[in-house]
Amino acid sequence: MIAPSPTGSGGPTRPILEIDRLKTHFFTRDGVVRAVDGVSCVLYPGETLGVVGESGCGKSITALSVLRLIARPGRIVEGDIRLAGRSLLAVSEAEMRMIRGNEISMIFQEPMTSLNPVLTVGRQIAETFILHQDLSRRAAHDKAVEMLRLVRIPEAERRVHDYPFQLSGGMRQRVMIAMALSCNPKVLLADEPTTALDVTIQAQILHLMLDLKERLGTAIILITHDLGVIAETAQRAVVMYAGRKVEEASVEVLFERPRHPYTLGLMKSVPRLDKAAYDAKRRRLAEIPGMVPALKKIPAGCIFEPRCAFAAERCRRETPPLEEHAPGHWSACWEQARVAASVAHG
Amino acid sequence: MTDATPAATEVDEHGSESVDLAGFVRRNPTVTLGSILLLAILLVAVFAPLLASGDPQALNPIQRLRPPSAEHWFGTDMYGRDVFTRTIHGSRISLVVGSLVALISVGFGLVIGLVAGYLRVVDGIVMRVMDGLMAIPDILLAIALMALFRASVTNVVIAVTVPQVPRVVRLVRAVVLTIRERPYIEAAQSIGTRFRRILTKHLLPNTIAPLIVQATYTGAAAVLTEAGLSFLGAGTPPNIPSWGNMMAEGRTYFQVAVWILLFPGMFLAITVLAVNLLGDGLRDALDPRLRRRL
Amino acid sequence: MYVYLVRRLISTLPVMVVVGLFVFSLLYLAPGDPAALIAGDLATADDIAKIRDKLGLNEPFLARFAEWSWDLAHGDLGVSIFSNLPVARLIGQRIEPTLALAATTMLFAVTLAVPMGILAAWKAGTWVDRLIMGFAVLGFSFPVFVSAYLLIYGFSIRLEWLPVEGYTPLRVGLGPFLANLALPSVALGSIYMALIARITRTSVLEVLSEDYIRTAHAKGLPAFRVLVGHALKNAGVPIVTVIGLGIGLLIGGVVITESVFGIPGVGRLTVDAILARDYPVIQGVILVFSGVYVLVNLLVDLSYVFIDPRIRY
Repeated sequence: MIAPSPTGSGGPTRPILEIDRLKTHFFTRDGVVRAVDGVSCVLYPGETLGVVGESGCGKSITALSVLRLIARPGRIVEGDIRLAGRSLLAVSEAEMRMIRGNEISMIFQEPMTSLNPVLTVGRQIAETFILHQDLSRRAAHDKAVEMLRLVRIPEAERRVHDYPFQLSGGMRQRVMIAMALSCNPKVLLADEPTTALDVTIQAQILHLMLDLKERLGTAIILITHDLGVIAETAQRAVVMYAGRKVEEASVEVLFERPRHPYTLGLMKSVPRLDKAAYDAKRRRLAEIPGMVPALKKIPAGCIFEPRCAFAAERCRRETPPLEEHAPGHWSACWEQARVAASVAHG
Repeated sequence: MTDATPAATEVDEHGSESVDLAGFVRRNPTVTLGSILLLAILLVAVFAPLLASGDPQALNPIQRLRPPSAEHWFGTDMYGRDVFTRTIHGSRISLVVGSLVALISVGFGLVIGLVAGYLRVVDGIVMRVMDGLMAIPDILLAIALMALFRASVTNVVIAVTVPQVPRVVRLVRAVVLTIRERPYIEAAQSIGTRFRRILTKHLLPNTIAPLIVQATYTGAAAVLTEAGLSFLGAGTPPNIPSWGNMMAEGRTYFQVAVWILLFPGMFLAITVLAVNLLGDGLRDALDPRLRRRL
Repeated sequence: MYVYLVRRLISTLPVMVVVGLFVFSLLYLAPGDPAALIAGDLATADDIAKIRDKLGLNEPFLARFAEWSWDLAHGDLGVSIFSNLPVARLIGQRIEPTLALAATTMLFAVTLAVPMGILAAWKAGTWVDRLIMGFAVLGFSFPVFVSAYLLIYGFSIRLEWLPVEGYTPLRVGLGPFLANLALPSVALGSIYMALIARITRTSVLEVLSEDYIRTAHAKGLPAFRVLVGHALKNAGVPIVTVIGLGIGLLIGGVVITESVFGIPGVGRLTVDAILARDYPVIQGVILVFSGVYVLVNLLVDLSYVFIDPRIRY
């Protein structure tokens, strides 16, 4: 799926990462859980792609699938993942290990538990250098100090000998970023990197990530449930629901004119504290009624239909395909025109 | 990119309400195997006189040191006694000692552990004493105690129980300490709940699962210790056939008549194995984190 | 960190006091009158009373305990009733074979058990795991003397690969030394090995489900590095703990093992003392073994500091 480059410059650029109709299922004793059920998306070099959705919609599993870190009872059952045109599902495990932490890196949500408590942060960062760049212990150590400086940790030479429990949450996440970016990967998968942090620290970390992205030219997939984070950092965004992609557009368009009821619901449920909202009598928190379906019971028709305010007869019977309803704006909804129209009228 | 799914993909929910024995066996093979073996040994012990009608003490010097045959399934020992009969009867001692020790040690350990866990004053002294007792290896402690008394089954039970008590105390105390700090205990106390109620409603139920598991391991350890004591000559008096005794007697004839030693040894190993399997299985089944549908 | 070390050292004292009290009480309560033994068959009640006085046997419990502890601190473990030799000397003469047996057993058990446990944890749920743990349960269930005789029957009598019994000191030669200790180590070590393997598996399994293991994989580390470099150190504390606690099993088993294999060590001494009701020797042996156990566990506790840096602070 080649689309025109989102950065606006003429001529099509080749995507750095392509996820093509990916299906990752978990075969449990109680049934098959279709965690990722036919997701496609494309990442271009140097861009930040946001992936939004509630917990359990499959965003993290998608990222883990890219790195082929899905363990029993899960398995990638269908689809392909391509890094610069090369299929990641076709390479051997040994080759995949050379890609992990090197060409594609990942950072996780909980910096406290994602760092090894009994090893110094220096050693954990140096490890990637030793592994992927074949540096000596000494050289890797120096590089680790450099990385700590890059992520703006003060007194890097001293801190490199610290253990994770001696650092604050924000600093630990910086260490994780340092670890992930040490080998200058082409793609960074960031799974809820700021969710576990204080709001003020959140801003710092996001800022840092964007800064480093500019410097190193890394493409980022930023997974989050927080719309605010998407608005600040991403150029394009993908909305996921129950293991599927339901909408994709540039961030401005997505926020101003969503074409899927779920996206609309998400936007509306952000609490608004401004006077305009108060005046418009929007004082109750809007919510999307109902609950995310258990991923074992996949109904016919649109998965969002039970909770949808725009649901029509067709929605119950047929699953809407993902189609480009406006340039660069994809949506999987029979009633998307009505949704877009409703927004225009406030 | 069109993604049309014409058919419904309904996945069934798996919610069985009835008791599924085959499923239970499949999911908990260790408990099943352990229980079956243990049950078998238990039946052997209970019905010993029926299974082996002879007198375990009957001497028959003419028939001494005969290998296993149709007449003497496990052969005969150095006095001509039937090894099969003696092995079967020996199971009684092992099981009696094992279960008595498990029960008594759990009983004492529970009481002491509860007191130590709840009353800080007593805790220090009690735990030091327990640590001290645990510093002495089980069998040596039992030997030391037996050295003070005359050999008898009762004394063996006492000697084997004492080293096991500190372990139970530790376990119970640990549970009490954890529970005691929980907010709901504080809440209960603040509304004036009597200690007895806290004990029965909160403390005891939380100790039951680990105690059951510990009881099985204690039982296994007791069987082993008793056998070891008897083997060394410091346990069950020689006139009562116990597996340890038999092996002690069979030592000198080991090279010419291995069956005297072999059969009691195998039975001993199987019994301990059964209890250990049961303990393992129970531990997995009762662990709330691993709780599966039974 | 030093506070932790010192505190740990101090806490061993009450334990040893309890052990000492227990052991002393054993002697105190033991049937038989040492004075009468010394006086001989033809002694009168008066003679015995005088000897009792001389030996201080009429003093109150605590006074005698104090005196006994004092002697102990000077290395005097009493005198054997049976052989009239100082207990300390008897133990000293026989300590070498016992130490050798303990060393080979521990080496055998730990070097096999830890990798087994790690492998079982890594392949949890598969047949590899079940096989290894099956072995472990078996090893755990066979009492020392049963497995000892089975091994002797198999390897010494049937196959004639190894000697039935005896002990050869190391200075005579490594080959004979190991040949004599091979079967005893396996018999004694199988329970210990089973215990360590089980705890290793449980501990590593718990660690493997932690987030930082996922991070390690995401960095592209090979499985071996993840297991040994990341998982093992975190799993280390319970494993090392059980290695220390398991020494108690070893010590208990040593007595029986030496008896079965005819190794002239402290264990054999104990067995002979039991049969002869030689209380001072029994008491001395218990003291020494308990002391070793306490010491080993103290070392284990001190080693935590190197395994888990969080303990230092």
